Amino acid sequence: MADVQLEKINKIYPNGFHAVHDLTLDLADGEFLVLVGPSGCGKSTALRMVAGLEEISGGDLMIGDRRVNDVEPRDRDIAMVFQNYALYPQMSVRDNIGFPLRLKKVEKKARKQQENQAAGILELMEQMDKKPATLSGGQRQRVAMGRAIVRRPSLFLMDEPLSNLDAKLRVQMRAEISGIQRDLGVTTIYVTHDQVEAMTMGDRVAVLKDGHLQQVSDPETLYAEPANVFVAAFIGSPSMNLTEGVVSADGDNYKVTMGDQTVGLSASFVESRPALSGYLDKPVIVGFRPEDLEDAALMPGHPADQRLKATVGIREALGAETLIHFSINSTAVDSGDPDALDELGDDSETRCTARFSPKTKVKRGEEIDISIVSDAMHFFDRQTHLAIR
Amino acid sequence: MTARLYKFLQGIPTGLLWVFVVIWTLPTFSLFVNSFRSKNAQTARGWWAFPEDDAALGLGNYSDVLASTSAGGLKQGLVNSFAIAVPATIIPIAIAAFAAYGFAWMDFRFRKGLFIATVSLLAIPSQVALIPLLQTYSGGAHFTIPWLEKTITIIPDMSLAGTTTAVWLTHTAFAMPFAIFLLHNYISQLPKDLFESARIDGADHFTIFWKLVVPLSIPVLAAFAIFQFLWTWNDYLIALTMIGANGANHPATIKIASMAGQFGAREHLLSAGAFVQAAVPLMVFFLLQRFFVRGLLAGSVKG
Repeated sequence: MADVQLEKINKIYPNGFHAVHDLTLDLADGEFLVLVGPSGCGKSTALRMVAGLEEISGGDLMIGDRRVNDVEPRDRDIAMVFQNYALYPQMSVRDNIGFPLRLKKVEKKARKQQENQAAGILELMEQMDKKPATLSGGQRQRVAMGRAIVRRPSLFLMDEPLSNLDAKLRVQMRAEISGIQRDLGVTTIYVTHDQVEAMTMGDRVAVLKDGHLQQVSDPETLYAEPANVFVAAFIGSPSMNLTEGVVSADGDNYKVTMGDQTVGLSASFVESRPALSGYLDKPVIVGFRPEDLEDAALMPGHPADQRLKATVGIREALGAETLIHFSINSTAVDSGDPDALDELGDDSETRCTARFSPKTKVKRGEEIDISIVSDAMHFFDRQTHLAIR
Repeated sequence: MTARLYKFLQGIPTGLLWVFVVIWTLPTFSLFVNSFRSKNAQTARGWWAFPEDDAALGLGNYSDVLASTSAGGLKQGLVNSFAIAVPATIIPIAIAAFAAYGFAWMDFRFRKGLFIATVSLLAIPSQVALIPLLQTYSGGAHFTIPWLEKTITIIPDMSLAGTTTAVWLTHTAFAMPFAIFLLHNYISQLPKDLFESARIDGADHFTIFWKLVVPLSIPVLAAFAIFQFLWTWNDYLIALTMIGANGANHPATIKIASMAGQFGAREHLLSAGAFVQAAVPLMVFFLLQRFFVRGLLAGSVKG
C-alpha cells in the first residue's frame, strides 16, 4: 500500500506529439482514482507511464516515497489489468494467477495458498485447472484480476478492464471490482472512457482532455460544479444542454435569455455566483441538465418565469423516465468532446434533452411548457469555457 | 433431367482434380512399383507390365540397398545424413528464435537497420559462397597488413573440409536469414499486452522468451523445422562441395547418386534407394504435423 504522486508528468512522443501535459495527481493510500476522458485524451498513456511501459518525458512519479521514473515495471510493485485480459493462453488458470508469484520465487506451498486465496475472492476455484480458452469473458476478466491481486502490490492499474464485457456483466463486475479494491485497500488508478464507470467506481475522478487535466474531484462535485464546459458536457447522461445566452438585470430581477426563451433567476442564486455580475448583458454559455427539466403540467407550483416553451421532438420512454428531445433557437455550443456526435443542422439552433417523469402525457409535435430549475443552471465564459462562479 | 445435368456439371471440378492427382502421382508410383522388381524385369519391360514378370514383386532391392557392404553403403549414408540434417535443423532454430525475439520485442540501437541487413541476406545464393567457405574450412582466414607484412589469423585452420560439420555449418549459416525472417514475422504478431503483462508480473526477457514466446511459437517452429530438415536432408550440392571425395562422410543423396555404379550396372537399385531416402522426411513430416495446432492463442486476449 502506498500513496502515489504524479508531479507535472509529461509525455512527448519522438514524432513530437505531446500526449500528456503537466499531469499532476495526488493519490492517498487506498484511494480509487478514475482517469476518464474521450478517446485520445492521454489517459491510457498516463497509466502506461505509471506502469513503466511508456517512458516519462518529464516530471516525477512517486510511489510511496520512491521516485520510480527510471525503475523497471517489475520493480515498481504494481499490478496491471489489461483491457484484453492478456492471459497466458498455454497456462492453466492456476498458473496464470500464480505466474507473478513464481517469478518472485515464492515457495510452492505458500504460492498455492495465495493462489487459492485469490481464486476464492474471485470465485474461481472451480476453474483452476482450465485453460483461458475455455472460460467466458467474465471469467477471463476475473483471472486477470486474480493475477493482479495475488501479489498484494502497492498499486493497481486498470486499463479499461470492463470494456470487452457485455453491458449486464459490466455492471456486475463494476461493483465487484470496487468491492475487492475496498476490501484490499490497495491504491488504484482506473482508466475508462465511460463516465458512468468513472462516477460509480471512483473515490475521485480525474477528467482528461487532449492530455490536459480538466478537473479532479469526487463524483458529486464533478457533477454539481463542473469546472468548464467540457466537464459539464462529459459528466452526466444524457449530457448537459449547452447553449449561448445573455444574463441581464432589471433592478433586482435577474433573467437569462436564450434565443426567444427567457428564464428568471433568483437573486440568491446570482449572489451565490459573484462573478456572474461581471458578465451582465454579455453573451455567456448557459448549461442546464436534462434532470432539471420537467413537464410543466406535472409541476403546478413551479414559478411561472422558470419555463421554456418548446415543441416535442423525439420521445424516448425508458420506463423509469421519459426523455424528450426539443430545440431552442439559440446558438449551439461545442463542448470539445471528440466522441460526441456532431450536431446536425446549423449552429443557430440548440438541440436539448429533457428528462421527464414517466407520468408525462406529452406527445410528439405538441407545444409544451417545460419547467426549469434555474437555480441549478451553470454559466461558463464564452472564450475560456471556464465556469463563472 | 436438369437435376442430373447439374449433378454432372458439379462433379467436373472434382473429377478434374482427380485427373491431376493421377498425373502427378504416376511417376512416383511407377518408381515405387519398380523398386520391388528384379533387375531383369526392370530392363525387360515397363513398370506397368509388372504382372507379366517372371519373378513376383519382392524386397530384394531394398535388402541389397541397405546391406552395409554392397551398393556403396546407403546405411552409412543415412547416418551421415542425420549427422548433417539434425544439427542443421536445431541450431538455426535455436539461434533464430532468440534473434527474432530480439528484433521483435527488444529496443536497441540500429535494430531496424540490422534486421533489414539480415533479411537482405536472403538474396544471396549459397552457390556464390561455396568455394570461399570451403577455403575457410580448409585453410582458415588470414589477413596480411600491407607494408607491415604482418599476417593476422581471423579464423584458424580447423581442417573442416571433408567433414559433416562443414556441411551443417554451411546449412546453418544459409538458413539463418530465412529463419529469422519467418520467426520474426510470427513472434512480432504475438499480442503486445501479453509481453507487457509479463513485464509487470516480474518477467525479464529471458523468462518471457522461454515461458511465453517459445510455447506460443510452436507452430512456426515446427513449420520451419520441417522445411529445414527436408532441405538439408535432400541437399546434394553443398554436401558434395564440402565433403568432396571423402566417401566415409557422404550423405545418402551422394550415396544414391553413385549407387548406379560404372556403366549403370546397379541402376535397378536406384528406385529402392530413393524410397529409403524419402521415408525419413515423410516420418518427420507426420511427426511434426501435429504441432500445427490452430488457435494456440485462443483465450489469451479478446478479439
